[in-house]
Amino acid sequence: MKRVVITGQGTINALGTNVPETQEAMREGKCGIGPLEIRDVERLAIQIGGQVKGYAPEAEFNRQQIVLYDRFTQFTLLSAREAIAQSGLNFIGDLAARSGVVLGNSGGGMNTLDENYRTVYEDGKNRVHPFVVPKLMNNAAASHVSMEFNLKGPTFTVATACASSNHAMGLAFQFIRSGLAEVMITGGSESMLCFGGVKAWEGLRVMSKDACRPFSANRNGMVQGEGAAVFVFEEYEHAKARGAEIVAEVIGFAMTSDAADIVMPSKQNAARTMTLAMRDARIDPSEVGYINAHGTGTAANDKTECAAVADALGHHANDLMISSTKSMHGHLIGGTGAVELLACTMALKDGVIAPTIGYEEPDPECALDVVPNVAREAKVDVVLSNAFAFGGLNAVLALRRV
Amino acid sequence: MADSVKDRVIAIIAEQAVLEPSDVKMDATLEDLGIDSLGLVESIFAIEEAFDISVPFNANEPQESDFDISSVAAIVKAVEGLVAEQADS
Repeated sequence: MKRVVITGQGTINALGTNVPETQEAMREGKCGIGPLEIRDVERLAIQIGGQVKGYAPEAEFNRQQIVLYDRFTQFTLLSAREAIAQSGLNFIGDLAARSGVVLGNSGGGMNTLDENYRTVYEDGKNRVHPFVVPKLMNNAAASHVSMEFNLKGPTFTVATACASSNHAMGLAFQFIRSGLAEVMITGGSESMLCFGGVKAWEGLRVMSKDACRPFSANRNGMVQGEGAAVFVFEEYEHAKARGAEIVAEVIGFAMTSDAADIVMPSKQNAARTMTLAMRDARIDPSEVGYINAHGTGTAANDKTECAAVADALGHHANDLMISSTKSMHGHLIGGTGAVELLACTMALKDGVIAPTIGYEEPDPECALDVVPNVAREAKVDVVLSNAFAFGGLNAVLALRRV
Repeated sequence: MADSVKDRVIAIIAEQAVLEPSDVKMDATLEDLGIDSLGLVESIFAIEEAFDISVPFNANEPQESDFDISSVAAIVKAVEGLVAEQADS
């Protein structure tokens, strides 16, 4: 089996417009969650989010691009540009044919949907812009990345709610490991912070009105975020031969289904997925130094996840660090695992563990080292990144320091 | 009016539990009636729609909400309170 390494990373999210800004914000425990600036926000019960503020599409894209790119596609392209520039790769000839794109996304072009439903339902118009369909389809981002960078291998989008990005990156890893592709552009994006997108989440009554406080006894729900993160996954020998800078190695992946409940998480299956990922990576639980938690800040997820970590890692669960960066950038739904992987690469490459901010009161049901409020310096060799989605779909990645 | 709120709340709970309204006892808990967390959220939505009220309920901290869901009687009482509050305002 071939080895898989990360040779580029890019992002835009509530914490920053690139990777250095985002990782700096994670180091400082900065909160990117604030008042939402969207149309009709006064009609929402939930008025906060991890929104990308001060973003002007016109500064990044021309008119012809903007009419085709929903906000989630724009975020993806900006992230892909940063990642691919870092990798130094140029996709021509055989390399182009053996390189693809697999991205996670849940809602597709939610802003496009919202705006055009307003046009036909609220404004009573009978005509919409001709590009509504190619703009809102949730493979649009993957296709535009393939077009901008000439990637002609396997290209598609994975939609598994909050596990979308982890599933996408897991598949990218498997494609390269098995020899099906040389390079995969992977990660995910989401842009659901529009009236309809937030209103839908309100309905479930799992959202917090004030803050995302994962693992804290007084946590009261999740907060939505938006943005993207994109990575260049590359076959190790290929990267080594061209002298590429390696960010980290991807060493294992597992995906499972609870086959139980459409919204409630399962301790047993979350634990099983972590165990399978460690087995796939051929590592012992004692090697894991950090886990980037799914850590949504809901009552149900956080206690279930902590119990699952204790089951899967045994006594070692008390010696490792686990944090949820959703406290800073919010829950990016289909893009969340991608932005969270930046906390993993920061841990491996820079030896800095991103904190769980907003932590106020210990919860006996979340009695692990959750790196409360302040980042920590620590040398870690192996990390896991968890994602446990609605629908009972689980995805865990394992990475190693290079 | 109080009876009517009670009857309408019981009808909503009965529909969620797939029971006859006469089988919904006032001292029953939602768990007794086989209503899970999704069923609860759906019942609250139906109550809000039926009475045109807003129910302060967050699934993450049910015990902290002003809206008491510990039994059918408690829910009826809470809805009566919200309906009365709305009539006052």
